[in-house]
Amino acid sequence: MAQTISVNGTPHNAPEDPRVTLLDFLRQDVGLTGTKKGCDHGQCGACTVIVNGVRINSCLTLAAMHDGDEVTTIEGLGTPDEPSALQNAFVEHDGYQCGYCTPGQICSATAMLSEIANGWPSDASEDLESGIEISGEEIRERMSGNLCRCGAYANIVAAIRDVAEQSA
Amino acid sequence: MRPFSYARARTLNDAAQTVADDGTMAIAGGTNLLDLMKLQVETPSQLADINRIGFAEIEDTDDGGLSIGALATNTETAVHPRVRADYPVLSRAILAGATQQLRNKATNGGNLCQRTRCYYFMNIDQPCNKREPGSGCGAIDGIAKLHAVLGTSDQCIATYPGDMAVALSALDAQVQIATSDGDSRTVPVRDFHCLPGDTPWRENVLEAGEIITAITLPAPVGGTQLYRKVRERSSYAFALVSVAAIVEIEDGRFSRADLAFGGVAHKPWHDPRIAEALIGKAPSPELFDKAADILLEDAQGFGENDFKIPLARRTLHAVLEQATEAAA
Amino acid sequence: MTVHCKQDKPDEANRLDQMKQGVIGKPLPRVEGLAKVTGTATYAAEYPADNCAQGVLVTSTITRGKVTSIDKDAALAMPGVIAVIDDQRLTTRAAQGTADEAPQQQPKTVCYWGQPIALVVAETFEQARDAAKHLTVDYHVEEGVPLDPDAVEPEEQEDETVHQGDLAHAMSEAAHSVDVTYTTRGHASAAMEPHAAIAQWDGDKLTVYASLQMLNYNISELADALDMEEDDIRLVSRFVGGGFGSKLGISEEAVAAALAAKELGRPVRVVMSRQQVFQCIMRRSETTQRLRLCTDANGTLTGFGHEALVSNLPGEEFAEPVLQSSHFLYGGENRELMLKVARIHRMTAGSVRAPGEAVGMPALEAAMDVLAEEAGIGPVELRLKNIPEKNPEEGLPFSSHKLAECLQQGAEAFGWDHGPRKPRQTREGEWWVGTGMASAARVHNVSEAKARVTLKADGTAVVETDMTDIGTGTYTILAQLAGEMLGLSPDHVLVDLGDTQHPRGPGSGGSWGAASIGSAVYVACTAIREELASRLGVEEPDLNLSDGKAASGKSIADILDGKDLAREGHYEPGEIADDYTASGFGAFFAQVRVNRFTGETRVDRMLGAFGFGRVLNHTTARSQCLGGITWSIGVALTEALEFDPRDGHLVNPDLAEYHVPVHRDVPDLDVIMVEERDPAASPIQAKGIGELGMCGGAAAIANAIYNASGARVFDFPMTPDRVLAAMPD
Repeated sequence: MAQTISVNGTPHNAPEDPRVTLLDFLRQDVGLTGTKKGCDHGQCGACTVIVNGVRINSCLTLAAMHDGDEVTTIEGLGTPDEPSALQNAFVEHDGYQCGYCTPGQICSATAMLSEIANGWPSDASEDLESGIEISGEEIRERMSGNLCRCGAYANIVAAIRDVAEQSA
Repeated sequence: MRPFSYARARTLNDAAQTVADDGTMAIAGGTNLLDLMKLQVETPSQLADINRIGFAEIEDTDDGGLSIGALATNTETAVHPRVRADYPVLSRAILAGATQQLRNKATNGGNLCQRTRCYYFMNIDQPCNKREPGSGCGAIDGIAKLHAVLGTSDQCIATYPGDMAVALSALDAQVQIATSDGDSRTVPVRDFHCLPGDTPWRENVLEAGEIITAITLPAPVGGTQLYRKVRERSSYAFALVSVAAIVEIEDGRFSRADLAFGGVAHKPWHDPRIAEALIGKAPSPELFDKAADILLEDAQGFGENDFKIPLARRTLHAVLEQATEAAA
Repeated sequence: MTVHCKQDKPDEANRLDQMKQGVIGKPLPRVEGLAKVTGTATYAAEYPADNCAQGVLVTSTITRGKVTSIDKDAALAMPGVIAVIDDQRLTTRAAQGTADEAPQQQPKTVCYWGQPIALVVAETFEQARDAAKHLTVDYHVEEGVPLDPDAVEPEEQEDETVHQGDLAHAMSEAAHSVDVTYTTRGHASAAMEPHAAIAQWDGDKLTVYASLQMLNYNISELADALDMEEDDIRLVSRFVGGGFGSKLGISEEAVAAALAAKELGRPVRVVMSRQQVFQCIMRRSETTQRLRLCTDANGTLTGFGHEALVSNLPGEEFAEPVLQSSHFLYGGENRELMLKVARIHRMTAGSVRAPGEAVGMPALEAAMDVLAEEAGIGPVELRLKNIPEKNPEEGLPFSSHKLAECLQQGAEAFGWDHGPRKPRQTREGEWWVGTGMASAARVHNVSEAKARVTLKADGTAVVETDMTDIGTGTYTILAQLAGEMLGLSPDHVLVDLGDTQHPRGPGSGGSWGAASIGSAVYVACTAIREELASRLGVEEPDLNLSDGKAASGKSIADILDGKDLAREGHYEPGEIADDYTASGFGAFFAQVRVNRFTGETRVDRMLGAFGFGRVLNHTTARSQCLGGITWSIGVALTEALEFDPRDGHLVNPDLAEYHVPVHRDVPDLDVIMVEERDPAASPIQAKGIGELGMCGGAAAIANAIYNASGARVFDFPMTPDRVLAAMPD
């Protein structure tokens, strides 16, 4: 039985070679190059996608392991004609420079906002049990898995705060 | 990656039989294994995907403790209401490790088996007794900043890099293991990891074909629970030194002092003599120093990591001072 | 029609300020923004190519010697493997910036551990990567090669040497003096996009999609490596996922892809692994720097000494230009400057963001803090007191100079306490809190540049050049510049970059991109304006264009009467470069906390004030400053390449162990742009800003560490071990 992986709502057959990572599957087999390969070792976050609602590094998982899973990539969050609120905010706040880490930052931030809404604490949370107050420090800690070498962090945080505060 | 065959195990039995084969490895979160497979540090000929065999529940145990499935993710564990309420040191340790993306994928069983970050281990064109027995240790006379100061051998000075297990050691958690013959056994976390000795390739007590099924936590112990991780970046870096502490002070004296240390050895370091030295005594800088003396009695640096010895002492001070203040 | 402009005199006309569209300098969002945030911007490895094979570089496991044999047959027997390329034209290092010729070739000669020696090509990436790792290579190893920069006799870079007056005497006579030595570790550019190329041939014509900063030089480097004519090569780099110097020159994967594609008769993609990017592109050299500074009783510098030791491979011309801004930042009549290079067999040293000042300024500015304390003068005051009127070595005037304003405005905005300074005055819980400051300086350069501007019959415009946008904002500023000059909304200007089919730009590097290519676009637009003015029968200065219309109300489309109007602007720096010392200046202010137990340092807040001529886009210029300050945090606290002492290999070639700052390391940052017009900098009065933001910032943090905790650390980065070692009990 062929394995199928749903990418942005469209089913795709899993690759034959089990070595193919979810990242290479998306970029090469599915042809969605918005998900970036920055390090291929889970050290930069450029490949962040959302699988079954949870953000992960797509470079450190095999496509074959995602039979039946729902994968959302940057292309599934919005398009140039219909960008998401976060995508718009990144443009407005100049939350990027070269743009290579940007899809990962945005996928990560999208999932992060639900994590905060779910009350998941972080290393920056004062209290593990009470709700999470959105702050610069909370956002920074939670986004620390997404490196930006251009150094756009301050603007990225501003963009995320903007959206978080609007939706709060 | 070397070519391998991939099979999804449906049951524990299925998985146990497969991983008993030579060259077969179980894959769960995969965040450490695939990293190492890409570097060809790990070269399994077959992967058994154990993600869908169950064992992902987090549930109460009969004695009031908590059983944490080996295949529950680090995130599910850290955010679980009972872990947050009753075992905050564990939540804190997990949240101090890696990144949200990695924690969302990494499983508890996999995290216990996480391999060292020694530079020489991760580079197959360099010598490493752990990766290639008999090839020598690149780190001892090389770059050893990350490396161990306790329990080293002339074969290997690598550290266990994780955070979660350090908290589990302080909590005296137990590892539940399914054996290849369908039976099970329990090993305290404190005994799960090995020192390098003459067998640095052996990092833990798992035998071929064994699979971790759960980690059990004792009934809540209360106290002040802290996890302190010293690292070079403010997030997303391995520990230079970390301390997990469960401390209680009654009538101005320590009544509990369960401490474990990360970043200093090939395993989460737990020395029962430290609690013995602290319990019944009133907190003071001199007492903290005495605890540090015990901890570091046999500590040995390798040049670049000499700093870990004073750093461990100072971090222990910081944690005990913070715990004392919190208890006051 | 090409219009040439060689700038020999300051341009005081400030023509841009007289235009009517009102878009230059405005904080417009990037024109390519939506493409970047939706994942639809295409980077080098992402171009579709039918039947593309995948190549993976094979790298040496020895430091020095010869490849004696490669077992190709065994590799070719592996599944999917179609070629093992070990052609002598393979390049073994990245070209240095502006090299204009092929870098070292001859892959059988190994000069450093991790050097590319071959390429394995297979049908799939996994097949190629596996085979590359399994290729059996035999070597003849040369033993005893130098690896330690402190253990060899270094070569003096004589053009950097300055002996002026008698520094030793000045030091001995001075009221206050410091003689301190700093070290900095190697740095990596670590751009997020790994180096990648797709090569495809159409007969003898080669197209390479690559991730490169300077196509104008890269095309000749590639042509030289392949022994081809430039006209037969097309290079495309429309989006570049960060460069920071690492993509200045053509790198190994592009030549390898081209050779493999030729041999196989099909397209080949080669993407470097992250480890390869670390190991075989460029490192910033480690440095050892001795600073000797002395003043009279009033705190006026009487002596200035800065000597530096850096390293590189034998034969490499690049030497980290540590002293670049030290030559002119402060006065002091007795001067001793010297740069030496140790020849060692670590990977190639080359440009990493702000070569020179990125490490020279932190050492100088940390030493200035020691001097301020020694002399009992406020650190801001010490700097204000020692700003020279003219370049203290060459006597040249400065093209413009905003250091004093930056110091003053920065101090004001930061809330700098000008009172007496003593360390360890503020403690919050476990943390010592303190402040520090430093000056910023970065030499300004411009470079020859060409751009074609076409005013289309429909009243829109197109700007074409092979200039790149590496995240700096080139697409946007050129749309603004052409829009300003031609009276068009920037969204009516299409900017087409990163393709060598277009006129040669200056390339992105050395912070010269914006001023240089902006000037070429300015020249082209001025020529178009002259033609439009002549058609309307007015003088060009009297031509008022805005929103697609002349002041008379006649639309540009009507003036063009159905025909496109194109001009190529050719800008060249002229003799003015010899008449002035041109530099960006600035000041950094930082507040940090240092943990009294662990020596961990966190930056609480940081501010930079910068003067760099005309601001072309407030948003993208500010972002460049933010990026520079972020790099300053890395230089100060976390970034260090570590090399094995026995074989010189880079032991931390990845983003887990080479610590670029993460989100949590970077607090809210403030940027003040002290805007000015620098008439001698460029015809558009702009200077570079891509690098200035990191030239000295690390010293503000170092000085704050001392002020907070009393730990005077002399080694960058100031990791917990080093802070603890220097911390008083």
